[in-house]
Amino acid sequence: MLEIRGLAASINEKPILKGIDLTVPAGEVHAIMGPNGSGKSTLGYVLSGREDYVVTGGTATFNGVDLLTMEPEQRAAAGLFLAFQAPIELPGVNNANFLRTALNAIRRAHGESELDAVQFLKLAKAETKRLAMPDDMLKRNVNVGFSGGEKKRNEVLQMALLRPRLAILDETDSGLDIDALKIVADGVNALRRPEFSALVITHHQRLLDYLVPNRVHVLLHGRIVRSGGPELAKELEKSGYAELIAEAA
Amino acid sequence: MAAVTETLDTVQSVTQSGYKWGFETTIEMDFAPKGLSEDIIRLISTRKEEPEWMLEWRLKAYAAWLKMEEPHWARVDHPPIDYQDLHYYAAPKKKAGPKSLDEVDPELLKMYEKLGIPLKERAILAGVDPDTVEDRQVAVDAVFDSVSVATTFKATLSKAGVIFCPISEAIREHPDLVKQYLGTVVPTGDNFFAALNSAVFTDGSFVYIPKGVRCPMELSTYFRINARNTGQFERTLIIAEAGSHVSYLEGCTAPQRDENQLHAAVVELIAMDDAQIKYSTVQNWYPGDANGKGGIYNFVTKRGACRGARSKISWTQVETGSAITWKYPSCVLHGEDSVGEFYSVAVTNNHQQADTGTKMIHIGKGSRSTIISKGISAGHSNNTYRGLVRMLPGAANARNFTQCDSLLIGDQCGAHTVPYIESRNPTAKVEHEATTSKIADDQLFYCRQRGLSEEDAVSLIVNGFCKDVLKELPMEFAVEAQKLLAVSLEGSVG
Repeated sequence: MLEIRGLAASINEKPILKGIDLTVPAGEVHAIMGPNGSGKSTLGYVLSGREDYVVTGGTATFNGVDLLTMEPEQRAAAGLFLAFQAPIELPGVNNANFLRTALNAIRRAHGESELDAVQFLKLAKAETKRLAMPDDMLKRNVNVGFSGGEKKRNEVLQMALLRPRLAILDETDSGLDIDALKIVADGVNALRRPEFSALVITHHQRLLDYLVPNRVHVLLHGRIVRSGGPELAKELEKSGYAELIAEAA
Repeated sequence: MAAVTETLDTVQSVTQSGYKWGFETTIEMDFAPKGLSEDIIRLISTRKEEPEWMLEWRLKAYAAWLKMEEPHWARVDHPPIDYQDLHYYAAPKKKAGPKSLDEVDPELLKMYEKLGIPLKERAILAGVDPDTVEDRQVAVDAVFDSVSVATTFKATLSKAGVIFCPISEAIREHPDLVKQYLGTVVPTGDNFFAALNSAVFTDGSFVYIPKGVRCPMELSTYFRINARNTGQFERTLIIAEAGSHVSYLEGCTAPQRDENQLHAAVVELIAMDDAQIKYSTVQNWYPGDANGKGGIYNFVTKRGACRGARSKISWTQVETGSAITWKYPSCVLHGEDSVGEFYSVAVTNNHQQADTGTKMIHIGKGSRSTIISKGISAGHSNNTYRGLVRMLPGAANARNFTQCDSLLIGDQCGAHTVPYIESRNPTAKVEHEATTSKIADDQLFYCRQRGLSEEDAVSLIVNGFCKDVLKELPMEFAVEAQKLLAVSLEGSVG
């Protein structure tokens, strides 16, 4: 379970998050919606420990463990995974090597044995097949020369292999066609189990047709201003954020 | 990935123990007095039981050296070197000459063990037939300071007609070959350090591959400086006759030191028609401490002559050590359609300085060269690529491609690129590409979010950056090189 209380954070001394309260129980998927600049991506970065962001108040715990005092790799080992809105390119770094290094780092942290190249490839090929990704994606350099859609699928592949307990998807649906969107949704749905939680940051209701959230929250000016069931997303799709913005003003 | 795990282990062991290879054996040394003079050169020549012509050659080089000045054009900075304050000859004390391993100082063998050198002599010592222990197929001409102590696989090599021996032995046993080729690629008066080397070199390797022979194994030499204040002046000469192939590996580690040590080696390669020489180096001399104290001065002249048509010389180097590196492995492409290659990774950290690159001199028609240089700077270091591509009038349709990439870690270091291009043939084609990048915070964060430690993330990104060069290394060197990169950059981030 993810518990966030009064979380405030700033970048370059500019406050972005101004007191977030949010609880995502184990086994649930929550959607975070809101207009550009409302702090959605910042929330993902702060929870995963990006250094440019300074936490100025509040707490965030995952299964009772204080996330905010941990290094990014410790949070990853604790089960947190961030699917990047703009996945990063690593020139010269083979995708399969990168994935295996990451998976083994996490396995090590859990006291599990590391996978050798053969074991890993078997696992990875099963996942690429399931995600309808070409095998050569494993051979290419991490995100280098990938199309926008391929980058997003590569994020989902990483998530599928690392099997996080808390996934944060930062607009993983943006720029995807409907087929790719389904693949992303299926990727998350496949991970759904009682001990898995997800925060899905999105602009569009569309993804939520395939990835039905337990709760929807609207983030505005660094605060959650409205929460509701899946129907809230549909409502926002029709009416937009104007009303909420007016209310908040 | 196993290499990363190994890297992690290596980094840990280094952080715990400081410089990993920083031990010193306690073998008694046999020193010549400090300083350089004709008398010292005569002493070296006598100790080496050299013929008169070799002494003459040395004295000529010494005379040339006396008239020369230390070069100062490189982007490196060091206090003046007092050439009279160095020992020019040191040899492990020997009883009757190390003709077999039984006579070799056990301290020395222990040292090789510490170094992890796969010296098959241990098996041989244990009474195993050398012919049954050739699984690894790497011949080692182990150079301990200045005297080559043991040469392995000699039998296998001589069956193929390959000569692989200490150069001092070659001077005695194969004087005609040495006389014919020594100093023909790097003349005695070529430059200050080459002249010094020619006057005082004490050992090194000699390789001769006869016509049409593919050398049956990788040839490997491990150099190691082990005597305080002793300059190391290695001389290596490799001759590949027409149609022959050879791959030579050179790797170094050095014990920890407080004082700077001078190292001025000369390597000459000669490739005849259709011959190929691949020369790979992993250089890990002691770089000095985090404040720039100590460390090796590595002033090396390496040059290959592609004398024959379609001959090929390929240099691959991974330079992580030394306080100062001054080194430009070069190719003189005489032969028609001859090929020169230079693949380099140079890493500088803390206060290290590297000024390294290559020269490709195109003389023959249709000669081609490729230069791939990857410079990585961290800490307060300075890393310079200095390269010359010269197309002479006869080099019709010659081509060069140069790619020169720099990676910066942190904001206190420097990367410099100094390419010289001279073309005197209108049909010759020269391409130069250069990039400078930083390890981006978002790359590090991306890796760490996936569970990698910061050190592993840097190692992964740096190894990716160097991949085009590392893939040129023989397999076992590639793994060692990956480890070295990680160790060299340890503590450079955060």
